Amino acid sequence: MANPITDADVRHVAQLSRLKLSDEQVAEYTQQLGRVLGYIDKLSELDVDGVEPMAHALDMSNVLREDEPVDGMPVDKALANAPASDPPYFKVPKVLGEGSGA
Amino acid sequence: MQPEFQTLVAIKNAIADKKVSAVDAATYYLNRIEQHDQNIHAFNELYRDYVMQRAAQVDAGQITGKLAGVPIAIKDNLCTPYGHTTCSSKMLANFKAPYMATAVQKLEDEGAIIIGKTNLDEFAMGSSTENSAMGMTKNPWDTTRVPGGSSGGSAAAMSADFAAATLGSDTGGSIRQPAALCGVCGLKPTYGKVSRFGLIAFASSLDQIGPFTRTVEDAALLMDVICGHDAKDSTSANLPPADHSLQLHKPIENLRIGIAKQYMSDSNEPAVTKAVENAIDVYKSMGATIVEVDLPHTEYGIPVYYIVATAEASSNLARYDGVHYGHRTKNPSDLYDLYAASRAEGFGDEVKRRIMLGTYALCSGYYDAYYNRALKVRRLIKQDFDKAYEQCDTILCPTTTGVAFKAGDKTDDPLAMYLNDVYTVNANLAGIPGITVPGGLSEEGLPVSIQLYANAYEDAKLLRIAQMFQTATDYHMLRPELG
Repeated sequence: MANPITDADVRHVAQLSRLKLSDEQVAEYTQQLGRVLGYIDKLSELDVDGVEPMAHALDMSNVLREDEPVDGMPVDKALANAPASDPPYFKVPKVLGEGSGA
Repeated sequence: MQPEFQTLVAIKNAIADKKVSAVDAATYYLNRIEQHDQNIHAFNELYRDYVMQRAAQVDAGQITGKLAGVPIAIKDNLCTPYGHTTCSSKMLANFKAPYMATAVQKLEDEGAIIIGKTNLDEFAMGSSTENSAMGMTKNPWDTTRVPGGSSGGSAAAMSADFAAATLGSDTGGSIRQPAALCGVCGLKPTYGKVSRFGLIAFASSLDQIGPFTRTVEDAALLMDVICGHDAKDSTSANLPPADHSLQLHKPIENLRIGIAKQYMSDSNEPAVTKAVENAIDVYKSMGATIVEVDLPHTEYGIPVYYIVATAEASSNLARYDGVHYGHRTKNPSDLYDLYAASRAEGFGDEVKRRIMLGTYALCSGYYDAYYNRALKVRRLIKQDFDKAYEQCDTILCPTTTGVAFKAGDKTDDPLAMYLNDVYTVNANLAGIPGITVPGGLSEEGLPVSIQLYANAYEDAKLLRIAQMFQTATDYHMLRPELG
């Protein structure tokens, strides 16, 4: 069976996933994901016409609470794990202008 | 081993009756860990000072409760405001959680002492605890073998008596499979019974916290403590509190045990088949009726699971962006590179593989063929169980196809590793509870187990059925000899 996923697909998915991959990794993942997708293709054996998709196994409904203000996490706690911060802000590299990427 | 340390209930009673001080109990476990964990590596982190301080407070009567002074270890994906919570990932190696997981808070509210955090497959993705950035955990029964996963550290710690009980999480078998391979009890409760608040998310519609214990009675006691509605988890079931211990020792009358041929495959190792057949005999001798049930969509569980779980993971793990917390790459060239390089450096291979598989399944053009189709088959799997439970109270089956495998045997073949979960994933997909109970030893002296399923929210009944087996047998008291 032809590999259901190509190098180009893997590069595209890696970009959507924000994962920087080497060429070797792209080749390896193409093989491995191809095998897994080949196995998953088993699902096409089944006739699922008219079956309602089930995102949650048990009955779930939207849960709302009274609209009463409660304290959020204090800024110092929220920033405590940040790789870089300038309270009360998270710090990131320059986003606008040349080299903004994405 | 002293009788006081045989089970969680024994330890709890010994401390409550002042036969053993909480300080002595804590010292006992810390010494065992000190002596043996270098060979097993069940723990990522220990809280020695905190443990001794809490134990002294228990002895002084300042801390009380159902679990006063009982040392419990937790999987390192459960947040505590002390220590680190790493998910065994480089991404979170320095992460200190700003809040407490509800299940852990409930343990502490009843006086339990959190002794440390246990190793796991990174972000709970794996079946052998080999995918850990902190190094692999070894099986206490044979250190050349894996403990299973992803809660391998919690299973190994329970097996080696490094704590009176441990907590894990189960997304596709991550409590039950390592419990089976390490010869201890492992319970995945009904989805929603235990709050997931503070459990670092992998696949939110499947994840559930549950206990590893020596006995079913110990598991029931822990369930009484950790279950309950939590406003901080909108998927937690809003039910009246259930008592899992109250009727535990009352056998179920006219018990009907379902056996599904789909779980009794010829490819199961003989020791596994023997354990299930033996359990059938044990239950028959107690008056149970054996009913044949059909679960025709069983074999589609793995493909459905690896779409649903990875799709949810790809979304849940998008939060690791190198900005708010977690690993950040040095000298990114731009914002895109900050994300992509931080994530590439912070996540291990299996996590990346699953993020990409999930992203692929959700891509426009593939969504209907993969994700939507998987959700439809998920319903067919759930309907199989609904029909089966019209005929029986519980389904008895193996947890795994075989005993613990050798470390390194499956690390190069993701698909072979995924197939480990063949007998466990369907409970997660259907939301139903499942328990692994020790069922003896194989010829080479490795643990084998049985698994019991029940209908959703019938956790108390499931525990009663499992207790019937432990009343008749003593496999659960078999312990490994530590080198």
